[in-house]
Amino acid sequence: MSAIYGNDLSTFPDYPAEIRAPHGTVSGVSGFQVHIGSEHVTTPGDLCDMLVAMNPAALKANAKWCKSTAMIIIDSDAFDSSGLEKAGFKTDDPLEELKVADRTVIVAPVSTLTLESLKDSGLDQKAVLKCKNMFILGMACFIYSRPLDYIYSYLEKKFSKKHPEMIAPNKKVLFDGYSYAANIQAIPNTYVVEPSPKKKGTYRNISGNQATAWGLLAASEKSGLPLFCGSYPITPATAILEELALHKGLGAKTMQAEDEIAGICTAIGAAFAGNLAVTTTSGPGLSLKSEALGLAVMTELPLVVVDVQRAGPSTGIPTKTEQTDLNQALYGRNGECPMPIVAAHSPAHCFDAAFQAAKIALEHMTPVILLSEGFLGNGSEPWLIPSMSDYPEIRPPFATELPEDGKFKPFRRDPETLVRQWAIPGMKGFEHRVGGLEKNHDGVISSDPENHELMVWEREQKVERIASCIPALEVDGPASGELLVVGWGGTYGHILSAVDQARKEGKTLSFAHFDFIKPLPANTAEVFASFKRILVCELNCGQFAAYLRNIFPEKDFRLCNKVQGQPFLVKEIVESINKALQS
Amino acid sequence: MTTLTAKDFKSDQQVRWCPGCGDHAVLAALQRALPKVSAELGYEKERYVVVSGIGCSSRLPYYMDTYGFHGIHGRATALATGVKVANPDLTVWQACGDGDALAIGGNHFIHAIRRNVDINVILFNNRIYGLTKGQYSPTSKFGAVTKTSPYGTVEEPFNPGSLVLGAKGTFFARSLDVELKLNEEIMTAAALHSGTSVMEMLTNCVIFNDGTHKDISDPAVRADRTIVLRHGEKMIFGKNRDKGLVLDGMGLRVVTIGQDGITEDDLLVHDAHSESVGIHMMLADMKGPDFPVALGIIRNVEAQTYDEGVRKQVNEVSARLKVHSVDELLHSGNTWTVE
Repeated sequence: MSAIYGNDLSTFPDYPAEIRAPHGTVSGVSGFQVHIGSEHVTTPGDLCDMLVAMNPAALKANAKWCKSTAMIIIDSDAFDSSGLEKAGFKTDDPLEELKVADRTVIVAPVSTLTLESLKDSGLDQKAVLKCKNMFILGMACFIYSRPLDYIYSYLEKKFSKKHPEMIAPNKKVLFDGYSYAANIQAIPNTYVVEPSPKKKGTYRNISGNQATAWGLLAASEKSGLPLFCGSYPITPATAILEELALHKGLGAKTMQAEDEIAGICTAIGAAFAGNLAVTTTSGPGLSLKSEALGLAVMTELPLVVVDVQRAGPSTGIPTKTEQTDLNQALYGRNGECPMPIVAAHSPAHCFDAAFQAAKIALEHMTPVILLSEGFLGNGSEPWLIPSMSDYPEIRPPFATELPEDGKFKPFRRDPETLVRQWAIPGMKGFEHRVGGLEKNHDGVISSDPENHELMVWEREQKVERIASCIPALEVDGPASGELLVVGWGGTYGHILSAVDQARKEGKTLSFAHFDFIKPLPANTAEVFASFKRILVCELNCGQFAAYLRNIFPEKDFRLCNKVQGQPFLVKEIVESINKALQS
Repeated sequence: MTTLTAKDFKSDQQVRWCPGCGDHAVLAALQRALPKVSAELGYEKERYVVVSGIGCSSRLPYYMDTYGFHGIHGRATALATGVKVANPDLTVWQACGDGDALAIGGNHFIHAIRRNVDINVILFNNRIYGLTKGQYSPTSKFGAVTKTSPYGTVEEPFNPGSLVLGAKGTFFARSLDVELKLNEEIMTAAALHSGTSVMEMLTNCVIFNDGTHKDISDPAVRADRTIVLRHGEKMIFGKNRDKGLVLDGMGLRVVTIGQDGITEDDLLVHDAHSESVGIHMMLADMKGPDFPVALGIIRNVEAQTYDEGVRKQVNEVSARLKVHSVDELLHSGNTWTVE
C-alpha cells in the first residue's frame, strides 16, 4: 500500500527456524519490519516509530527497538496471565517491566473487536481471528492517514479467484479497525508520510529471491539458451527454485534433485548439453557442492551458483542473515580453483546481479558464484521496472570452425580473454571429451608438470581478465581523503545511511561498494591509493577485509563487523566510522 | 545419413586398462552395438553423449569418439540426468563401476531409476575397488578379504538387480564381460528402451579380484550355472539344454527335463515385458549352488520417462500461461505508475 501510495520503503521479515515455534514464547516470535519514507529509504531502519505487539512475547522481543517517541499497539486479549507467563514476565505489568510505559501505548482488545466485527459474517472463529491483522492495518491506516482504497482493491485481486468469500469480511474488519482508531481518542497524533519524489515510470515490489530468479530468466532470454535449474530445497534459497518452477512459459526447466550434489551435477550436465545452467543453495549446500564446483572450473563450463547466505557454521541459524560464506566462495575447493564472485546489494539489485553472473558465466566459460543473503532474499523494495531492451545481449563463445586436422580442441583459448570455445553435443564434427582430469589445450589427459602449471595459471588469469568487462568501482563522495568506507552485498543500504549520517554530523568521508568481489573492479587499486584508511564493513569476522589486505598489504584497513544473524544497525556503522576517523 | 561402423566410435586415445581386464570386452561390445542402434534409429554420431564417474571403468568416455564427460566419483548419474533433461534429443550412455554407482553414487542411482530418466547405464561390477588398488566394494561377497578387510568383510553385498527392480526400474539386464554377442544384443535393446536401462556387466579385475565371477564364467561350468533369458523363450539352460525353471508355489524351482515327468512344455516362458516385478525379482536374485545366475534382459517395460515428462509439461503449461517474455514477466502482477 505504501509503495503504491508512492513512499519509498524497505522491508525485513525476521522469523524463527521452526515452522510452528512454540506460540507465545519469546523464541517463537515472528516479526515483519517495514520502513516507509518520503525520502530515499535504504534500510529497514534501526528503531521504530510504531510497534504492533500481538502478544506479550512479541512485546518482550521487540520493546528494545522502540524510539522514545514510539507508539505501541498491543492486543490486550492476548495479555492475559497465561500469555504473560509464557513470555516470561514476572509481574502483570509488562510495559513497566520493559520500561516502555512512558511510550504512547494503545491497549486495544483486537481479538474481541474482530470477533464482534465479523459476528454476522458466517465465518468460523478460526477464520475470523485470521482477520485480526486487517484490524490493526485499519488502525495503522488511520494513524498514518492512508486511504483504504488501495487495500480494498488489493483484497479484491488477492481473493477473487480462490476465496471470494474472504473479500467482504476483510474489508469490513479493515474499515472497523480504521473507525476504531478514529473514535477512541487515545491516539495523540496522526502522521502524513508524503510520497517520495520518484523517477517517472512503472514500479513493482520485488523480493531478492524473486529478483534473482527473474534476472536468470532475463539472461536466458538474452542468450537464447534455455534455463535449467537443478536445486535442492534449503532455507533461505528455496524461493528461487519455487519461482523458476512457475515460469515454464519462458521455457525454464527446474529439477528438484535428490540432494545438493545432484542439484549442481545435473546443472553441470545441462551446461555441457548447452543450457544456461543454474543451481541455487545456501551455505551448507554450497559446502556439499564444493567438489562439483571444481569439476565445473576444470571443464570450464558456464554455471551460475546462487548462495543465499545464512548464519553458520553447519546448520547455524537457518533463518537469520549473514555474510559468512565469502571465504567459502573464494577458497572452499581443492586445488587452485578460481571462480568469479558477484554479490547482490539490495533485493531489487539481485536482478542485475543474477543477470551479470549469468553473462560472465556464459561469455567467459566459467562457473560463477552469486552471493545473496537471507536479508536480501526475503526482503523487498519498490523497483522501477526496467526494459529488457536496455540490457546487453549475451554471446557465448560457440565453436564455429574446426582446426585443420578436423578435431575440436576444447581447451585452446582466446589469446586476449583466455576463454575456450563451447561445442555442444549435437554439433556435427565437434565430438570431444571433458572431465575432471587435467588436460592439455587439445583436450588430451596430461599429467605433465609444465602443462599443469600452465593450465592452473591460465584458469586463474581467465578469471582475473574478467575485470576488463565489469563496471569500475564508483566512489560516493570525494575521490581522495582520510577515510574510504567499503562494503559488499546486502550491507549497502545500512552503510549508505551511516555515511550520510556521518556527513550530516560534519565528517568528510567517501564510500565505495563492491558488487564484484572476484575479480575486483580494475580501478580498485587506483581508488584505494587515494585514501589514508579504509573501513571494511561486513556481517562476518572480517573475511572481505582479509581478502583485500592480501591484495593490498600496504593499505591501512579498519574493521566493522557483526555476526549476530542480524543486519547492521546504522548507528553501529556510524560508531565505527567515528572511531576510524579519530585514529 | 552416414553408415557408422565400430571404428567410428573409437577415439584416438590409447586404451589404458590392464591387459586382461574385463572392461576391454565391454567397450568392444558398445562400439559394435552403437552402429547397429544408429542404423536402426537413424542416429548420427554427434547425438551420443557418454558420461562417467570415477573408477577404472569410468575412463570409458575417453575411448569413445563421441561427446564425452568424465565426471567425479559417484555423480555420473546426476550428470547424465542433467544432459538428458537439458536436451532429450541426445542419446546418453553412462559407464560406472560398483563403487561409483552403488556406494558413493547410490543415492543418484536409485533416484534416476525412480524417475526413469532415459539413460543407458553400464554398471561394471568387478566387486572391488580397482583404481584405488583393491578395497572391498558394496558388491564384494560377505567375508571378502581385501586390503581394507584383511580378516574378511562382515557386511552383505548389494545385488544390483534387486536394487534396480526394488526402485521400480524399467530395464535390467545382466551379463558377463566375455559374452560379446549377448552384450551387443543387450546394449542394442537398452538403446531402444525408453527409460533408465541398467546393464550389469560382471567384469573380471585381473589384478585385484581375479576370478571373482569364475564360478559362473568358467567355460567348463558356464552353461550349467547360468541361464540366458530371452523374452518369449522357455527358461532353459545347461550344457545339455536339459534343465529349466518352473514356478513352484511362491518361488522358482530348477527341474530337469525328462525327470519326474517334466517336459519342455512345463517350463516357464520368460516375459521381460511383464508389468509385475515379482518373477523378475526372483530371477534377478537367483544364485548358486541351487540356481543358475540369470543373464540377459530380465526386465524391459515401458513407462513415461522423466525427461519426456519435463519437456511435455513445459510445453503444455507454456501454452496455457500468459507470460512468454521477460518484459511481460516484469509487468505481471501488481504494478503502479509514477507520472
